[in-house]
Amino acid sequence: MSTENKNTEDVIDIKDLKISFGGNEVLKGVSLQLKKEENLVVLGKSGTGKSVLIKCIVRLLKADSGTIEVLGDEVNGAKREELEETRKKIGFLFQSGALYDSMTVKENLEFPLRRIKKDLSEEEISQKVNEVLENVGLPDAIDKMPSELSGGMRKRISLARTIIVDPAIMLYDEPTTGLDPVTSNEISMLINDIQEKYKTASIIITHDIECVRTVADRIIMLKEGEVYKEGSLAEFESDSDPYISSFFKSQSLKNQK
Amino acid sequence: MKQRIPITKMKSYARNKSIALTDTSMESTVSLNKFLVNLADVFLFIGRVFRNTFSRGFEFKEFLKQCFQIGNKSLGLISVTGLIIGLVLTIQSRPVLVNFGAVNMLPSMVAISLIREMGPVITALICAGKIGSSMGAELGSMRVTEQIEAMEVSSTNPIKFLIVPRVVAATVMIPLLVLYADALGILGSWAGANIKGDVNFVLFITQAFGKVVFMDFIPAFIKTFFFGFVISMVGCYKGFNAGRGTESVGVAANSAVVMASLLVILVDLFAVQITDLLL
Repeated sequence: MSTENKNTEDVIDIKDLKISFGGNEVLKGVSLQLKKEENLVVLGKSGTGKSVLIKCIVRLLKADSGTIEVLGDEVNGAKREELEETRKKIGFLFQSGALYDSMTVKENLEFPLRRIKKDLSEEEISQKVNEVLENVGLPDAIDKMPSELSGGMRKRISLARTIIVDPAIMLYDEPTTGLDPVTSNEISMLINDIQEKYKTASIIITHDIECVRTVADRIIMLKEGEVYKEGSLAEFESDSDPYISSFFKSQSLKNQK
Repeated sequence: MKQRIPITKMKSYARNKSIALTDTSMESTVSLNKFLVNLADVFLFIGRVFRNTFSRGFEFKEFLKQCFQIGNKSLGLISVTGLIIGLVLTIQSRPVLVNFGAVNMLPSMVAISLIREMGPVITALICAGKIGSSMGAELGSMRVTEQIEAMEVSSTNPIKFLIVPRVVAATVMIPLLVLYADALGILGSWAGANIKGDVNFVLFITQAFGKVVFMDFIPAFIKTFFFGFVISMVGCYKGFNAGRGTESVGVAANSAVVMASLLVILVDLFAVQITDLLL
């Protein structure tokens, strides 16, 4: 594949990313590429820098060195205005959902829309809100407050708030953590639906192997701040490396029980 | 990003350079370092708030919402406090003034102390408790639940959307609350004067304002803007910079109240000194 072709294929291109906190090096030179319309799962134990990695992509954390190109725009050294333009193309689903507690579901969904797509009419905004609520299967939650929603519903609304601005790239920070297996599976299916419908490229941070099995096109495993292995789900499942197999084996043991 | 130098590293550096450092001197160097970093952080935060206040795109709707939260929702508390302060001040002062045969000075004495000191300081301290803690807790919980980060990735500047409207609203509303507390304090004082005497309201007001001059009012009113500014700034700073765990929400709210109350007293001290020098 030529360099030119490769650049058009990669929507995110991270090279040699390093970040440390108070002398503790969390990412020690991570490089990865996310391809168009691809679901890339980043797997690894807690504390290996998975969440830090995707926070660096939207520059909620500034990397000490390395480059991050999102749709051709450099993020790490970008000015505030340039960064805001890049952020408009990225949807970020937070681990906690991060719904605004003081706003209703409708206001939560309207918030990014009014700020990112300023030229929309009131009618178009209302139409878009209803459309995303339909897509996540919660059309009746429109006037509810976040405190009235269950964990799964909060995740769905949060997902709706992220996709409402039609992002080209989705970043999921542990989308199924804290949910029961049925709801986890529903969220995993929803991630696939969104990818198909909105043609997004996604990075999914997760520990949930069932979620990995449902959504992964490609997997990257991090260990102690470095890329440990990259490959397909089949390659990971057949790998005899004790560190890798411990992830898949522990889940199988649970299933056997 | 804050970087702290671990004591062990500093100790090994000192050993290599043959510098004799005791544990106490190392600890105090680290705390001084921490204090200076925190101080710089506070000034940077204030700088960011000012820059965003005067740049384009003021969040007017959010400002009005905060005015309602700070002003209207504090009215009950300020009403009760203002009335009681006026009443108590009158009941306490009356016997002394009676001994000196100066009971006719009571209305103006109470009015001057309310306008110059009691009204602004008591109102500001109550607001430090009510508004400082609510801002600290609200923004702190938004930080803990990643709502502030979510705002940032939605291309919304959280300083502009969350902090500026709160600071401007408190700076505008607290002086109005002080005026309201002064008025109710004088009403309470009239009620207090009528417990052991019989004073006509018009006569009481005439006597109360007979001795109040413009310069009693202006410096006291100006300082209330500073009270509003420091209370909201401390509440917002503590909440916005809260740590990661849920415990940090409580810490943010608590330290916001303590710091805001202390700063109100310090601002008052400076304001009184400056007024004294100028007049």
